[in-house]
Amino acid sequence: MFLIHCPYCGELRDEQEYRYAGEAFIQRPSLDCTDEQWGDYVFNRTNPKGKTVEQWAHAAGCRKLFVVERNNVTNEIYAVRTFESYKEQA
Amino acid sequence: MKYSWLEVFKAGLSGQKQWPAAWPEVSPKAAYDVVIVGGGGHGLATAYYLARDFPGTRVAVVEKGWIGGGNTGRNTTIVRSNYLWDEATNLYEHSLKLWEGLSADLNFNVMFSQRGVYNLGHTLQDMRDIERRVNANMLNGVDAEVVSAAELKERIPILETGKHVRYPVMGASCQPRAGVARHDAVAWGFARAAAKHGVDIIQNCEVQAMDIEAGRIKGLQTSRGYIKADRVGCVTAGHSSVLAAMAGIRLPVESHPLQAFVSEPMKPVLHTVVMSNAVHGYVSQSDKGDLVIGAGIDSYTGYSQRGSPHLLDHCASAMIELFPIFSRVRLNRQWGGIVDVCPDACPIISPIPQVKGLYFNCGWGTGGFKATPGSGNVFAHTIGQDQPHPLALPFHIDRFTTGALIDEHGAAGVAH
Repeated sequence: MFLIHCPYCGELRDEQEYRYAGEAFIQRPSLDCTDEQWGDYVFNRTNPKGKTVEQWAHAAGCRKLFVVERNNVTNEIYAVRTFESYKEQA
Repeated sequence: MKYSWLEVFKAGLSGQKQWPAAWPEVSPKAAYDVVIVGGGGHGLATAYYLARDFPGTRVAVVEKGWIGGGNTGRNTTIVRSNYLWDEATNLYEHSLKLWEGLSADLNFNVMFSQRGVYNLGHTLQDMRDIERRVNANMLNGVDAEVVSAAELKERIPILETGKHVRYPVMGASCQPRAGVARHDAVAWGFARAAAKHGVDIIQNCEVQAMDIEAGRIKGLQTSRGYIKADRVGCVTAGHSSVLAAMAGIRLPVESHPLQAFVSEPMKPVLHTVVMSNAVHGYVSQSDKGDLVIGAGIDSYTGYSQRGSPHLLDHCASAMIELFPIFSRVRLNRQWGGIVDVCPDACPIISPIPQVKGLYFNCGWGTGGFKATPGSGNVFAHTIGQDQPHPLALPFHIDRFTTGALIDEHGAAGVAH
């Protein structure tokens, strides 16, 4: 168990309030892509050991989706960010 | 040495002190025909069947830790084959048949005990699914029966079948030939039998990189030096994506922590295996006397080998509702393992199209132990003949391009 800081509610809350929502920033290929590309998009995941960039939803809170950068071996959370903050960065 | 009562008697004359090591400690050679990465049950079984069925093949198993120190030693030891779809049922039933002769085949007592497995139903829909699955099992030649709540109470008197609980038990499916096995013995038995057929079992040897040239595997860089290999089979469960990354590919699996816990040892109280998807938990009693209880996977991905406590809490509550008699049992240990879950809850047993000579056996998710001999057997043939074994063909990695998934999530007795 770990605590996650919701960037919208501004509070450090129990992981149980949140719903894990998978790897972040998966790009959908264009609809004229090959079956291999589509299969890769739908099913394949990087599933790295160490730092992950993933989506969490504050299901029992504000219900908003945001990004958590976490070490999935130690469960240390490096950063919690909104999607907008990545757009500003880019 | 062949283990037998005579050897036990002879060793008894000198205080049981003359037993040789079950398999020799070896250093890696420069080259092998096949290197199996991962010294868990599946990897050792693969090596055993390769060496047994393809004589002359030089086989090594490289393991980063020790034999059976991963998920093979962390599971809840349940063996069954009551899956819904033909492809899955055939694979797991193949495995169950191998289990039935495994102790004799390996000359090692794996303590396989066919004490039956009950999958409980708590809703009308559960019961309809159970009836459908039991019918599908019978059509596939797998033993299965639907058991009513009244009959369940007769067979498992300590099970709460009353109506006053939150999720009353309405009935169950039963597979009488299912059961449990001693998980460490499975790893040791396969290791010993494989070594006897000439397999080198190399512990404390971590793969660090794959040597791939022009789309073909050449060898492995390990913590104990470079090993040349003609073919490489990766059987690394939760760490499959890490190995795949070394080959520059991605797999359709995600790693999650899965937890289990055992109680203090007690006198026999539960003679069978009881699983419930709806309230989530499964329990059996080991020969040592401790209750072995399995919880669910954490929703998030991770390699931490420890999960969140609320899952244990959830599972323990379910257990106490099913078995009120367990409410004051003290728990001894709790642990987590890393399971690689596929989108269709079915394994990948497949050559890797992008890299010639590279094979993966992964994606068993939360239920790989039961498949240990079958998985090793079909994977050995897939590597040995360089074409998928007929039973492994539906589990080719291509299904994530063609869309021919084998959707066992929730459909079978799969508890996750």
